[in-house]
Amino acid sequence: MTLLSVENLTVRFETPDGTVNAVNDLNFTLDRGQSLAIVGESGSGKSQTVFSIMGLLAANGRATGRAVLDGQDILNLPPRALNKIRPEKMAMVFQDPMTSLNPYMRLSDQLCEVLIHHRGMSKRDALAAAVRMLDAVRIPEAKTRVHMYPHELSGGMRQRVVIAMALLCEPDLLIADEPTTALDVTVQEQIMDLLASLQRDLDMAMILITHDLGVVASSCRDMLVMYGGQVMEYGKTIDLFEAPSHPYTRGLLSAIPRLDQQSDSLVAIPGNPPNMMAPPSGCPFHPRCSFADAGCSTHNPSLAPYQDRQRACLKSAEELS
Amino acid sequence: MLNMIIRRTAVALPTLLILVIVTFVLMHSAPGGPFTSEKPLPPQVLANIEAKYGLNEPLYKQIFMYLQGIVTELDFGPSYVYKDRTVNDIIAQGLPVTLTYGAWVIVVMLAVGVPLGMIAAIKQNTWIDYLAVGFSILADLLPNFIMGPILILIFTLWLGWLPGGGWNGGQWEYMIMPVIALATSYMASITRLTRSSMLEVLRSNFIRTARAKGLPERTIILRHAMKPALMPVISYLSPVFVYVITGSFIVDAIFSTGGLGTYFTNAAFNRDYAVMMGVTLLTGGLTILFNLLVDLLYGWIDPQIRY
Repeated sequence: MTLLSVENLTVRFETPDGTVNAVNDLNFTLDRGQSLAIVGESGSGKSQTVFSIMGLLAANGRATGRAVLDGQDILNLPPRALNKIRPEKMAMVFQDPMTSLNPYMRLSDQLCEVLIHHRGMSKRDALAAAVRMLDAVRIPEAKTRVHMYPHELSGGMRQRVVIAMALLCEPDLLIADEPTTALDVTVQEQIMDLLASLQRDLDMAMILITHDLGVVASSCRDMLVMYGGQVMEYGKTIDLFEAPSHPYTRGLLSAIPRLDQQSDSLVAIPGNPPNMMAPPSGCPFHPRCSFADAGCSTHNPSLAPYQDRQRACLKSAEELS
Repeated sequence: MLNMIIRRTAVALPTLLILVIVTFVLMHSAPGGPFTSEKPLPPQVLANIEAKYGLNEPLYKQIFMYLQGIVTELDFGPSYVYKDRTVNDIIAQGLPVTLTYGAWVIVVMLAVGVPLGMIAAIKQNTWIDYLAVGFSILADLLPNFIMGPILILIFTLWLGWLPGGGWNGGQWEYMIMPVIALATSYMASITRLTRSSMLEVLRSNFIRTARAKGLPERTIILRHAMKPALMPVISYLSPVFVYVITGSFIVDAIFSTGGLGTYFTNAAFNRDYAVMMGVTLLTGGLTILFNLLVDLLYGWIDPQIRY
């Protein structure tokens, strides 16, 4: 059953230097309890996609299209209406746990206010529930830690607190925006394991934004590859990994360093992501694509069914082999 | 924290000692003295008077005697100009006046500047914001020595609503113009400081988190953004205290409020050494105390700061 359906989502920012086209005509759906990974380089529009759904765009950002969550279009809802939905139905875990908690407030206050405001709990009940949730995200000695300030915890612990905070109202949808980017490699894995197991236990749907394709392979059923604010390829993770059909997806997958292959240098996609103030004509990826020809620079392919997935590319399978 | 208070007090003593020595030397290096007048005294009389006040002793001895009086009896010496009044008397008279309107100045500039800056930040790029910023720029162009005469011109000479000077035991109609004259330009600074720091806080990640938690805007501003946004304002309060004291020299001169400033400027003109020393030492000590209080306040509000 579909929980979230995003239709023709477009996000633009008006800046003094011009309009930034952060997201262009994005479409995807997410079933209840399922997980979707959004991958792509920095600046490909991943974060702005989820910020627009959460209603957290910067003041100069405008989103158009539809984002239907549980039957209700929530895109551009006024804050008051949106505050009934977040964090009850959807909640978010942010990229940088060092700055996403309020340094001036005790964890107990930051956690309890969610329950007091949304569930009408008493301070005491809220505190007990907050401690239970900290236990659930495996923070040791949660009873004492709950009274600490954020700066008294390590980065990994803080991210657990942010996760606990997002889960307090047991949302149907959890959005995690690069939840491990700012953490140590050893901690990264713990946090990802935690997210995956919580998602299973609480039967949530999850959108995971990440650079880490290894994480995607192990934890998300669906995968959406973004480039230049557009979807390049969208399908089941397993299909995309086994047979990437878009040159960009291929580039991303071949850029994963592998231990079983002797190599002196890292594989990279040549060139840089486009400037979204002045995106290239035609397919946004064509300046970096080794298969591109004249047609690619004039015609922007739209997302279309292709074999077992959707893909936006002008080239046929034969041309890409 | 106790450690920090002790440490700061220990540092304050040598600071004040240096203040005494520098002031003493500067004062005495200026030509003339308290008993120089248009009609010179006979040299014998002058010598007698100077001997009475110990002014014939070498400078280091004078400093030592002065400090001895303070340390042993808390005696800041006699005034050389106002007969039969000691510096202690003068301070006891002037300090309450300065502290009274000084406190009002701080209250007024916080009570107006902080809310104005906050509203401007919340309503950024609306007419409210432009109005607040415009007002604060205008207020910045009006330092106390210009505000004072303008206020007197409007409210005393034209409208006849308020008395043009005096203190009268600190009644509000006597206090209102000195307070406004002194508060206006610092109020403007506080408005802009609050506005810019609030804007920065509102863009920070933890405010985004608070929004994602579905909290009402009121809660986000008052509970999450207020404290961090006020930190720069609090640190601005230490220099503000010094501004209020130095500003009081001008306000006392314009409004004849009779605060410390009156005595300080008169003492400087008359070479009333002991009064000048006393007021200097007092304001120095108060400044150190106020800085300490602000630092303590800082540590009390920001849990990341530990002394």
